[in-house]
Amino acid sequence: MKTKSVLFAFLIMAGTMLFVGCKEKSSEDVPETSTETGTTVETSSNRGQAFIEDENSEPNALRTAINSPDHTTLVAAVQAAGVENALVNVGPLSVFAPTNAAFAKLPAGTVDDLLKPENKEKLAYILKNHVAPSNYPIETLKKNVEKGRTLYMASGESVEVTQQGEDIYVGGIKIVGSVKVSNGWVHIIEDVILPKNTN
Amino acid sequence: MKKINSILSLLVLVVIMIGCGGDGDRKKSGAMATNAAERVYVAPGEHDEFYGFFSGGFSGQMSVYGLPSGRLLKVMPVFSQDAEKGYGYNEGTKPMLNTSYGFIPWGDLHHVDISQTNGELDGRWVFTHENNTPRVARIDLNTFETGEILEIPNSAGNHSFAITENTEYLIAGTRFAIPSPQRDMSIEDMKGNFKGPLTFVKIDQETGGMELAFQVIMPGFNFDLAHPGRSASHGWMFATTYNSEEANTLLEVNASQNDKDFIVALNWKKIEEYVKNGGGTMMDAEYAHNVYNHNSSTATSTMKKGVKTVDPKDIPGAVFFMPIPKSPHGCDVDPTGEYIVGSGKLAAELTVFSFSKMIKAIEDKNYDGDAYGIPILKYEDILGGIVKQPGLGPLHTEFDGKGNAYTTFFISSEVVKWSLKDYQVIDRKPTYYSVGHLMIPGGNSRKPFGKYLVAMNKITKDRYLPTGPEMNHSAQLYDISGDKMELLLDFPTIGEPHYAAGIPADLIKQNSKKIYRLDENEHEHAVRNESETRVERKGNEVHVYMTMIRSHFAPDNIEGIKVGDKVYFHVTNLEQDFDVPHGFAMIGANTAELLIMPGATKTMLWEPKRIGVYPLYCTDFCSALHQEMQGYVRVSPAGSNPELKWSLDGD
Repeated sequence: MKTKSVLFAFLIMAGTMLFVGCKEKSSEDVPETSTETGTTVETSSNRGQAFIEDENSEPNALRTAINSPDHTTLVAAVQAAGVENALVNVGPLSVFAPTNAAFAKLPAGTVDDLLKPENKEKLAYILKNHVAPSNYPIETLKKNVEKGRTLYMASGESVEVTQQGEDIYVGGIKIVGSVKVSNGWVHIIEDVILPKNTN
Repeated sequence: MKKINSILSLLVLVVIMIGCGGDGDRKKSGAMATNAAERVYVAPGEHDEFYGFFSGGFSGQMSVYGLPSGRLLKVMPVFSQDAEKGYGYNEGTKPMLNTSYGFIPWGDLHHVDISQTNGELDGRWVFTHENNTPRVARIDLNTFETGEILEIPNSAGNHSFAITENTEYLIAGTRFAIPSPQRDMSIEDMKGNFKGPLTFVKIDQETGGMELAFQVIMPGFNFDLAHPGRSASHGWMFATTYNSEEANTLLEVNASQNDKDFIVALNWKKIEEYVKNGGGTMMDAEYAHNVYNHNSSTATSTMKKGVKTVDPKDIPGAVFFMPIPKSPHGCDVDPTGEYIVGSGKLAAELTVFSFSKMIKAIEDKNYDGDAYGIPILKYEDILGGIVKQPGLGPLHTEFDGKGNAYTTFFISSEVVKWSLKDYQVIDRKPTYYSVGHLMIPGGNSRKPFGKYLVAMNKITKDRYLPTGPEMNHSAQLYDISGDKMELLLDFPTIGEPHYAAGIPADLIKQNSKKIYRLDENEHEHAVRNESETRVERKGNEVHVYMTMIRSHFAPDNIEGIKVGDKVYFHVTNLEQDFDVPHGFAMIGANTAELLIMPGATKTMLWEPKRIGVYPLYCTDFCSALHQEMQGYVRVSPAGSNPELKWSLDGD
């Protein structure tokens, strides 16, 4: 049964993505079939950088999230918000990537609500609150703590960086893992960094 | 299980079908269905409607494209040697690349701006600048050749660049703050000690000649893009800063700490007046001023000394800071001169300042403190409006003259059209990929020609047939004549198309020269007919006065040259016919070949190293008997005493 529900969620996700994809691109080619991963859709340059087939380069932030079984909700959200292309940009970007468990901690129904097309902007804003332009490896974040430097997120909000023992917290949320990606860094977090601006 | 799967699949299909409603239309989409091809097609023999002058970025050159076809018309060498035209290789143009640092073979060309009269494009000259070894240049739009290069002293990373609306001045800002004048000091002591001079260069209205007028010694905030006021705000100049933190290391983090950086607003007319009345002090400086004479095909380089500097604190009411969020890049002034659009490249919104509010705030002396004695205006007092959540990474805005602005967004790879009336987004279109600057012909003047927009991208990836890891950057042409933008064409460009300026072809093409007139040839070693051709020896220097015409050189047999000689070939193209250049190449020449236009003379140095008989020939396919256009030079041993002889067909 579990397999079924996963599969179901998965297909919905694929559908959502295609839905968004079609809506976004008024006059360009669209994939006609969904493949089994739901993300490796037919490459068409006009859909943006996120859809370039590239087996040689290091994985970028989006590809890394897609490859992570713990980030399916995040990937679905990125696709629903239509911000895939920003995540594969040369950046450099530091992405704070909430796990599926992090999204699950939100009040019941929140994620489903955010994934609705009418909430696309709101969702995009929340996601942008998880992306800081520039490279912030852990060492640099530690320096942020030392020097009192906040993180300026793509949403326009400033987020505090703090340290307890060896752990680094962003907006009060602990970083539990870090991955170097081709266009910056992905830091895994176990809560969503809710924006201060909720409008 | 299998059944469930097929039900689910069906569901997905339904979603797809709903999602892609109107799929039938889409099948016909693309160039063939939308007439996009027709709209960029310039039939064989016909001309494009616009010239586009594209920066070649790190190539150091500028290229000329026809728009809307995207056809490359010419590469015009400016700050780098060019093996196509011999620029910077032949003796006549080598001085163009001279600087106070010596000869610089490769520069980094950034922005371009076409001369204006009353704020409208006039098509006389296109100006540009070099970021690395600070220089500004003028290209003359009758010959499409670089006419002048002026080095900017006591500056680094010359980046802010713009021309005032009557081409009175050109501004050249300092992107990399440095000690000014230079001195040996600790990098760590940058803060408060480095400066960011903004240099004003006076333009001669008749010749386009450039002269250093004055430098405003600004704090070391890293000055980025600049634009002049126009119409209402004529007399002012605006430039962004992105490092008001004055960070000297890891700027990707440390220059993004302040919530706000600044746009500087300078009343240059006031400063001009101050300097005219004897204000300012001379500072030590050394800079090269290189001028090319199109009639003699010869450049001269003069080293000049000293520059008039102005401390902004000494001229109250002339210099102000406008606070703007997060490391701004573009600062673009709309055709009315009222709106100044600031693009904080890390900011989540676009800030539009009001010039009239700025003037009122200055009159009221309502300041929010100062930075190094320069008053800071209050953000709220001068704010015209905000475009909220327009995209990620705003960079550069141009205008269509119909009340709309178009801004590029680097991170979200898109061009966004928005209204200056209500700051609402009207349309957005993706670019491929990571767009930097954009260009609308006349888009930074009082009179834009709002028909096309070109987006210049930094990333190409899969746009064209792959050519290995290195690919030319892409540009995209959009039709902006309607409410919605339409992507019509995608074409590769040379180097980095850092910036561009476009102009209706009719404003230029009738002025374009077809030949250089032989009777106006002022080259020191020109000859006007074959009877004047000769070879002269002066010690170990040999001067060959040679002509070329379809399909021979005169002379074409030369003897009496010795190993160790310095042989100068002064070659005149006697043709007086449109587009009949000749080339000149000499085996073993270490400096260059020559490419010589009709009526022009060019000089090349050849230093023969070995005895023998060596051929020379024409490299530009000139005529039916081009292959026969050749000759020989005999080289005798050093220390021998051969008779100097030259001939054509035995005479």
